[in-house]
Amino acid sequence: MVDAQAINKSYGSHKVLKDVSLTVKPGEVACIIGPSGSGKSTFLRCINHLEKIDAGRIFVDGQIIGYREAHGKLYELRESEADIQRRDIGMVFQRFNLFPHMTALDNVIAGLIHVQKVDKKKAEVEGLALLERVGLGNKSTHFPSQLSGGQQQRVAIARALAMKPKLMLFDEPTSALDPELVGDVLQVMKDLAATGMTMIVVTHEMGFAREVADSVFFMDEGVVVESGTPDQVLGNPQEARTREFLSKVL
Amino acid sequence: MPLRHYKRWAVALLLLVALAGIIVDAASREAYEWSAFRKYLLDGRVIKASLVTLELTLLSMFFAIILGVALGVMRRTENPIFKNFAWLFIWIFRGTPVYVQLVFWGLFSTIYKEVFIGIPWIHFGDFSLGFHLTLSQTASLFWIAVLGLTLNEAAYMAEIVRGGLLAVDSGQEEAAKSIGMSSLQTMRYIVIPQAMRVIIPPTGNEVISMLKTTSLVTAVPLVTDLYARTRDISNETYNPIPLLLVACTWYLFYTTILMAAQYFLEKRFGRGFNRNAVISA
Repeated sequence: MVDAQAINKSYGSHKVLKDVSLTVKPGEVACIIGPSGSGKSTFLRCINHLEKIDAGRIFVDGQIIGYREAHGKLYELRESEADIQRRDIGMVFQRFNLFPHMTALDNVIAGLIHVQKVDKKKAEVEGLALLERVGLGNKSTHFPSQLSGGQQQRVAIARALAMKPKLMLFDEPTSALDPELVGDVLQVMKDLAATGMTMIVVTHEMGFAREVADSVFFMDEGVVVESGTPDQVLGNPQEARTREFLSKVL
Repeated sequence: MPLRHYKRWAVALLLLVALAGIIVDAASREAYEWSAFRKYLLDGRVIKASLVTLELTLLSMFFAIILGVALGVMRRTENPIFKNFAWLFIWIFRGTPVYVQLVFWGLFSTIYKEVFIGIPWIHFGDFSLGFHLTLSQTASLFWIAVLGLTLNEAAYMAEIVRGGLLAVDSGQEEAAKSIGMSSLQTMRYIVIPQAMRVIIPPTGNEVISMLKTTSLVTAVPLVTDLYARTRDISNETYNPIPLLLVACTWYLFYTTILMAAQYFLEKRFGRGFNRNAVISA
């Protein structure tokens, strides 16, 4: 489903990603762990072309992201073409980024109505079903400011799911939450993984990674230092840097 | 015992006494000619002129807001043509006095008697690539005034809009993109509605400011607005002071209405930003 090949990216002279490669098969859950500033969020944002890459290729469902290949050359896509690619990739942000001027339901169906041009009545039925699914069926008329962080993040997940994405990206979805609210969000993500959704999760939740992930990637200073099954990377790390990081977070 | 604000009461009393003094004095001062004030306040010509002022204000603001939003958005795009055009527009129209601009637009049809729109120098007999526009000397002064006020105001609105757009968190744009919205859709449904909360208070200020700026249209020269009309009447009757008061009363009247409208607009676009807001479907 996702095949990233030797991704490189710099901000000015600072290299943020150095030859990062990663493969995720359909229905799998990949967790990316690592210290802050290791480039894991940047990498995630490259997958739906919120960030441009300097070198390498990212395939999602067989399509090159942000580029078009012809005559052996890569041509950068227009912004409007990249917009279309993003419809199939859901993203959940650390700070939720719900639209504060819309109710929970309107947040969820914004994409259906404006992008997919679904009839409003039909969209509302779908939207309510999604809010039910994340346990917030009774909060549909609330504005984000009237919801807790955990509830907001679950609305954000429902908003991403409304577009029926092939792939879901989670950028530290629980990092901005009070500890007692983390569980509800992780539960929604576990349920989602159980439905066979392909997911890439940047996270500090080692318990979630161990329980749900099919593969774990440890990144540090823009490099994938170590990858494998959760048992291999979290249970029996081979690299000194991985061991050092895990000793701090576990 | 709740806290007692003795000093506040004392100051308030002092100010009230001073105000009462000024009012009593003004009521009996002959120069104000209150009888004339009463006579002309609801004079048909004055009411009509006040409506011209209101029309000038609303039309100019309406077009200025549209143009200002366009310019404000253009300044924020990555397209260098849009960006620089908007910058140039704002530079010229904010950098010169509105009175001078109004004089210029009034003279425009004298400076340019005819405008050719098309590709010059290429002729095939009588046929040319384009068309000639004859500017009539009698073009509506009212619409020239609206044009002049609009162009000037749009420059200020553009800056207000730009400020509003900057106030919206960049995460909003990313979230909108992540559900596949185009840049235009993101602007229209996500960024601008949130920017409105920041844009409306200074815009209300601009509307009220515009109401008073319309008194400069005499530069065009348009003389049917409230200030010019009351001045004309007083030129005939030799009593400028009561007619100035009449004009002020009408300006205050419309300002009050506009302030009320602003209050309701602010409430509407503040939705979702107040934790105690009433939940409505």
